[in-house]
Amino acid sequence: METVYQGEIRLNRYLDKEGTPLQAIPQWACEPGWLTDCYRNMVLARALDSKAIALQRTGQMGTYASLLGAEAIDVVCGMVMRQEDVLIPYYRNHASQMLRGMKMEEVMYYWGGDERGNAAAGAGEDFPNCVPIATQSLHACGVATAIKARGEKRVAVTMCGDGATSKGDFLEALNVAGAWQLPVVFIINNNQWAISVPRAIQCGAPTLAQKAIGAGIRGEQVDGNDAIAMREALQLALDRARDGKGPSVIEALSYRLSDHTTADDATRYRENAELKQAWEVEPIKRLRNYLHNNGWWDETQEQSWSQEVNQMVQRAAENYLASDTQPVETTFDYLYAELPDSLREQRDWAQVRAMQGGSHDE
Amino acid sequence: MSDPITMVEAVNLALAHELRSDSNVVVLGEDVGVNGGVFRATAGLREEFGIKRVMDTPLAETMIAGLSIGMASQGMKPVAEMQFMGFIFPALEQIICHAARLRNRTRGRLTCPMVLRAPFGGGIRAPEHHSESTEALLAHIPGLRVVIPSSPARAYGLLLAAIRNPDPVIFLEPKRIYRVAKQPVADNGEALPLDRCFTLREGSDLTLISWGAMVKETLEAAEKLATEDIHCEVIDVATVSPLDKETLLSSVSKTGRCVIVQEAPRHCSVGSEISSLISEQALLDLQAPVGRVSGYDTVMPYYKLENQYLPNVKDIMETVKQTLEFA
Repeated sequence: METVYQGEIRLNRYLDKEGTPLQAIPQWACEPGWLTDCYRNMVLARALDSKAIALQRTGQMGTYASLLGAEAIDVVCGMVMRQEDVLIPYYRNHASQMLRGMKMEEVMYYWGGDERGNAAAGAGEDFPNCVPIATQSLHACGVATAIKARGEKRVAVTMCGDGATSKGDFLEALNVAGAWQLPVVFIINNNQWAISVPRAIQCGAPTLAQKAIGAGIRGEQVDGNDAIAMREALQLALDRARDGKGPSVIEALSYRLSDHTTADDATRYRENAELKQAWEVEPIKRLRNYLHNNGWWDETQEQSWSQEVNQMVQRAAENYLASDTQPVETTFDYLYAELPDSLREQRDWAQVRAMQGGSHDE
Repeated sequence: MSDPITMVEAVNLALAHELRSDSNVVVLGEDVGVNGGVFRATAGLREEFGIKRVMDTPLAETMIAGLSIGMASQGMKPVAEMQFMGFIFPALEQIICHAARLRNRTRGRLTCPMVLRAPFGGGIRAPEHHSESTEALLAHIPGLRVVIPSSPARAYGLLLAAIRNPDPVIFLEPKRIYRVAKQPVADNGEALPLDRCFTLREGSDLTLISWGAMVKETLEAAEKLATEDIHCEVIDVATVSPLDKETLLSSVSKTGRCVIVQEAPRHCSVGSEISSLISEQALLDLQAPVGRVSGYDTVMPYYKLENQYLPNVKDIMETVKQTLEFA
């Protein structure tokens, strides 16, 4: 017998939970500029998250999927991707969506039951949120196929959760990405929970990154609570894809500090002790400690940024709450490029019914 | 005059025409490359247009549909082949949850100009899962177009229109008539209209409504009935969703009687929708209940029994006569 293949998955981490370096820090992270911006964005993402949950709890927003605990992963994604790249998100990517051009109130539109959130001009060619699990992985491969066919130096970046890696769509996406060496990066936000199902019983493989090996592409784990490790991994994956060196899988280890969505109650299935432990290693505190230790960030800056962020979020919420409701005919008007004759009667009736105040809850 | 060609050759001709005239058009699917497709619908395309335009994919239907959506969002025009419609089911989530809604859910920011071709229907002694007619499953989905040609000329003109259409089109090819009849088809790049029925034969006594392979038997029945002085109008629905209600209703209003002919099971079918449309909007013009000829509401039998499942000319003639005899 001969060994015909051996693979390995490596985990990268630069900072411990106190923000103390565990190994030599990359040159770019030895200066404050990028990392301070990253920190500010992470704080902003968390403030938006709290606001969205507050709006939901007070009946002013629909079910909302929090990104609490995934701030480093998503902010780094939004900051490292180039504008011409394409983001194919799942439903916990509000931070990268904002950093790539969506307005904060447009993020709120989506969760507030208004399709105009997906229409954001600032989103460019990015896909909107994707609720059906892992289906977006294949769209990313399609985008990457178009990019490759046209010989462009752009990259498709897609994200999913740990549960999504169990789905056929994810595996079919990895397979075609490997077979065609597509310029695509798959980020798995392994936050340890797919609603109530823990990572341990989601999949028998010790890592999710090793699914890449089965598809003939490179895979690695990073500490997703470590912004430096996250940027290193993603930058490398993006550079490789851009240079025609093929796809990558990044399994970013994190912890879902929130419920699955506002419609979920994680206390039904999750030990409080585990959650408490996860808060010890969360990404924002870790980066703040690192910035602090280097003298790049102090309490005054913290307070003033916190105030600024709260004002930004408050303004966005006010804009969101002040938005009108789309007229009912928009339900018809974007279905096809041109309204088919067969739908005219229904569209006309919908308008008449609306004018008469007709509504299910009248 | 161009040489007569079969329907599958007409499909090939349309694909080649669009690959030639629009650099955004690509053909993809299982075995569409070197092999030219299991029915040879893509024969010769890889040789002419190369592997970047005619792509053999890994064997994964969900992936083929999902990939096409991603490509279409970038302004490409993927024409994907599902090898048989019986294998479309893994792709349904992609088709229903994404392709059909991308324009709507982004308020037009992203669109999905893709075509998904699939041979369908019975009558070629194929193995299990290769012979069903499940067009109604897709016709039920808002945002999709479901187009079914019934002749070489309509296959050519409708496929051109489908590829040029800015929205997703499911293009179902009735494989029983892939090679049954030849017809001269000029490769002139002229598309036929979508969302429009084709009136194939005019008549005043009764309207026969059909689509796909059953159009052949429907026309034969109309021909025979004419010798008995029964003059049927024959309409090929062609786009089964969205429906050209106008043409259907005005014909039925004229003739006062109608028989719908389909290969698919009857329950919750395209025929059910057309029948209820006529009942709702042409009741006072009707002189008899709408008649229906269809497959049984059973699992499609294996091929030894498929000819007992598929409707025939006699079934159509009898239902026409019953409908005419209704007081």
